[in-house]
Parts: sequence; C-alpha cells; structure tokens
Amino acid sequence: MADIAAKKPEQPEQPEQPERSRKAATAAGAEDTGAVWRAHGTDRRSTRTLRLRVSAALLTLTVLAVLLVPPLVQLDQQAVDLAAKLQPPSWAHPFGTDDVGRDLLLRCVYGLRVSLLVGVAAALTATVVGTAVGATAGALGGWVDRAVMRAVDTVSSVPHLLLGIFIVAMFRPGVWPVVISVALTHWLSTARIVRAEVLSLRSRPYVDAAVSGGASRWRVAVRHLLPGVLPQAALAAVLMVPHAMWHESALSFLGLGLPTHTASLGNLIQEARGSLLAGQWWPTLFPGLFLIVPTLAVAGLAGAWRERINPRRRSELML
Amino acid sequence: MARLAGRRALFAVPVVLVVTFGVFAIAAASPFDPVKAYAGTAALGADQETLDRLRDNLGVDRSFVVRWWDWLTAALTGDLGHSPVMRQPVTEVIGERLVWSALLCAVAFTVAVLAGTLLGVLAARRPGSMLDRAVTSLAYLLEAAPVFWIALLAVWLFALQWDVLPAGGLTDTASARVTPGQVASHLVLPAGVLAVSQLPWFTLYVRQGVGDALAEDPVRGARARGIGEGTVLFGHALRSGLLPVLTLIGSRVPELITGALLVETVFSWPGIAAATVEAATAVDFPLLAALTVLATAAVLAGNLLADLLYGLFDPRVKLSEM
Repeated sequence: MADIAAKKPEQPEQPEQPERSRKAATAAGAEDTGAVWRAHGTDRRSTRTLRLRVSAALLTLTVLAVLLVPPLVQLDQQAVDLAAKLQPPSWAHPFGTDDVGRDLLLRCVYGLRVSLLVGVAAALTATVVGTAVGATAGALGGWVDRAVMRAVDTVSSVPHLLLGIFIVAMFRPGVWPVVISVALTHWLSTARIVRAEVLSLRSRPYVDAAVSGGASRWRVAVRHLLPGVLPQAALAAVLMVPHAMWHESALSFLGLGLPTHTASLGNLIQEARGSLLAGQWWPTLFPGLFLIVPTLAVAGLAGAWRERINPRRRSELML
Repeated sequence: MARLAGRRALFAVPVVLVVTFGVFAIAAASPFDPVKAYAGTAALGADQETLDRLRDNLGVDRSFVVRWWDWLTAALTGDLGHSPVMRQPVTEVIGERLVWSALLCAVAFTVAVLAGTLLGVLAARRPGSMLDRAVTSLAYLLEAAPVFWIALLAVWLFALQWDVLPAGGLTDTASARVTPGQVASHLVLPAGVLAVSQLPWFTLYVRQGVGDALAEDPVRGARARGIGEGTVLFGHALRSGLLPVLTLIGSRVPELITGALLVETVFSWPGIAAATVEAATAVDFPLLAALTVLATAAVLAGNLLADLLYGLFDPRVKLSEM
C-alpha cells in the first residue's frame, strides 16, 4: 500500500490507474477478498488448485501451439482454396475456412503467434522503461520524484487506446509503431509499482547498512534496490502481455495496426467483417476466443502467484 | 464544494497544456507532412512552387513550439482549426457529434451501473452459490473478451440471425429525418454492447463491497433486530458496499472512451469516437489533436467527479481538507 500512501492523499483509490492493471486487480482482488468472507461453502482450496492447473495447462498449450505448429506442421496458412471457401467448422477444418478458403485454425495459430510476439515485445519495452523511470524516481526522491510522478499522471490522463491511435496515425501503421505505441501507453503502471517498491525498500535496514558502509548511490540502486523490485517488475510484465495483445488487436481491428500480410488476431477479426455480415460467424468467433484464452489463463496464474508469494497482500500491488 | 471544484479544475489546466504540447511534439517528430495531408491527392500533380506556397501559408517550416502556441491561442478563442477530412471546422465536427456520443455513453453507463449493482448484490448474497459462480465466471469472461468482438457477435445474432435490431447507423438508410423512435431502436445494440463491456467491473466491485459489508457488525446488528433480508441487503449492505464503487465511477471515463472508440466504429454510430478513428485513418491532424485534448479533459473531469463524490458520500472525509 506504499503506493497509495505516497500518492496524493485525497485520492479515494488510484483512479488514474490504467485499465488492464485494474482489470487484473478486479480479477484477483475480488476473488481473494471473497476468500475472507466466504468462510463456509465449497472447498476453496480445491477450486483454486483446479483453476491454477487449468490456467497453466491452457497457457502451456497456447505457447506450445505458437512455438511448435509453424515449424513442425508443413502447412501453408496462406494456402488459398476457393473451392472450399467459407465452409463451416468440420473435421477437415475444425474452425472452418475464410472467404478465400484458408484454414482458420491455422490462421488463428499464426495470428496468435504474431499477436503474442507483438505483445511480448511491447510488454518488455514497457517494463524496461517503467522500471527505469520508477526506480529513478524512487531512488532519487525529492523533486525528481515529484516531477516524474507528475509526468506519469499527465500521460495516464490521456486514454490509452486514444494515445495509441494518435501515435500510430502520426507514424503510419506498422509493426514498430504499434509496439512503441503500446509500450508508451503501458509503462505507467510499472513505473508506479516499481517506485512504490523502491520507496519501501529504501527504508530497510540493509540499505541503511550499505549506505553507512560507504556504498555509492549507483551501487545501492543496482545491487540493493533493483534485485528487490525485479519480481514485481516481472509479474507486471507477464500481466501486461495480454493487455498489450488486446491493445494491438484493437489497433489492428481499427485498421491502424499491423499490415494485413502479418495477420494478427485483430486483423483476422477485421477481415472477417465482410463474411460476418453475410452470416458466417466462424471467422469472427474463433480469433476472439484465441484472444480470450491466454488472457484468462494469465489472470488465473497471476492470481495464484500473488496468493502464493503473499496471501495477505491480496491485489494491492496491481490495484 | 464549489471552491474545491474550482481549485481541482485549476490543477487540471497544466495537465491539459502539457498534453497539447505533447501532441504537437509527437506530430513534429513523426514523418507526417501537413502539406501533403492538406492537399491530399492534389499534391501528386501540383508543381513545387504551389507546394512551397502552401507550405508557407500553413507555416509548416516554423518550429512546432510556435505552431503549438498559435494553435493554443486560437483554441482559446474557440477556433480549433479546419478538418481536411470532414471538410468543416473542427468545432463544428465536435458540436455535431458530441451529442450522439454523450447519449450512447450515458445510456450504456446507466445500464451498466444498474445491472452491475443488481448482479453484484445477487452474487454477494450467497457466496459460493451457483448464482455467484455463474455471475463471477461470466464477469471474468466478459472482462477478457475484446469489446469489438462482442459487438460483432451481437450484430450477427441480433441483426442477422434474429433480425430484431438494426445493425448500425443512427437511422434507417431510407429515413430522411432523425426521429426519436429510430434513434432509440438503433441505440439498443451499441449501448447494450458498451454496457456489457463496462458491466464486469461494476459487478465484481459491488460483489466484493457488499460481501465485505455483509460480514460487518451493522449488518449483523440489523439481522439480530429481525430486519427483513431485503432491507438488510439493499438498505444496509449495499449502502456501505457501494461507497468505494461510487467514488470510482468518475475514474471509469478512460475505459468508457476506449469502449466508445470501438463500439461506435463497429456500429457506424455518428459520434465523436468514430470521428477520432476516421481522423486517425486519414491522418487528419487538426481533428485528431482536438479530440485527443478533449478526451483528456473528459478524463480529468471524471477524476474530479470521483474526488467530489468521495467527499459527498463518505461523511468521514471533509471536503475542506482535500
């Protein structure tokens, strides 16, 4: 709760927090507090283990599919077969085919691969930027801290998708503008988390010991503070991946994301709009499910992880 | 109260200023060329002399700080520039479309708050029950689902399969006038989808707040006095459980704008969010800049509202101390 304490005291909670971290907090927080007042009822522990296992299995399946299918399966996702266009799901094509007869299951796996790559790249960039900014603000304190946190507040008062749209519009759609625009809108939550963590670490006795032992400011930051915040930063990065994927899909869907030849899940949904209006639901339904599954799996895992590292802290870190 | 609002609004001014500056700085750093954007396809056939004159007229060669200052001083007098894509002044575009966006968002938000509160209370009443599990699972699922995907599936189901609601637009294409009945029937799907996208958050928070409140002494006391379950739930538990949710309502503006951007685009709703996407696709800088700043102002107003509501509804917080 260091974050709350350090922020403007009049804020009821942190209203300007970015959407997904709050979403994740809702997911984990509501559930965890549920544990406190749900004294009776079904066996929570088994439900929880089940959820953890299902999440882990789904995530493993997703990652395996993305990593293994393209090199192992000798199928061309772009293979056009006009004789088999817009076929509903069948055994030959479990997800059906699109308007030029491409197999949608294969398209979705490749789309997920693109979305996941963009998501991971954006989340990593955002985490590095956020950690650097947050650690600097927390470690230096004083006016640097105030100025940096003011800047964070300012950037977060622009709706994220809108800022992303603006950046992509100005720099023309493409892989890098998308990665950068998602990264630029997502480092804020990491910066806040890392800063709060650094602030709480800074007052620990071992840091005092290092300072009185003559450690330089740089050494304190790198050797004593940074290792302490890395677990939080890593958790934030993992949680950010689904959000970054969501962001990329939204941009691609609006026609402001990835070029169509590097089809992501958002592009697939965008392309399917024509067939949807003609009554074919499967080209729209399945790419969306491919977006939902990793999101839920990551949220489930993150909830379990948070509970494990500190059951009493609940979701406050991500709230 | 008014003084507090005024003071907090003053704090928002520098933020808006910095955002406008940032918008111009990003544009200056990008490969975007205002001359080509202004001239459009005509730039292809134009000779260099014309382009240079245009460049001079538009003042492109001056530094972006100067252009920002010009824009800002003009904006203060109510002139936000001219939108090349809409072929009309930016203020006119905003004026025509703001109403429709406000209508959509207001209806969606009201529905989301009411339905979310109801579902949250029902789920919190019997924790761990089938109903609670169903509501919670559904909330997580909807939270993870992209809103444009939900919108498209809703179009498929309601407009194509069942043919009960129009798929998009503000009125039927055949209709020349905008009548309330037409608008209402065209509003159902977009507002419904936007409400559904905002619903999980309210439901989960109300469920949590009411659930916490149900375990507290006032509720136990009320039950001990033999007060009916309905009064306990809605009179006691909901009142204290809703407090944190109520104060966060104002801070939902960014999510609402994000949702509106996608929903308006899917349903061709002639609102301001759809205009933003059009402006971005066509790189209409004057319109895009104005709308970005407008959205920021809306977010800040929402935050202000959150603060005020907090002081208004929680007697422990004195507004004079904020």
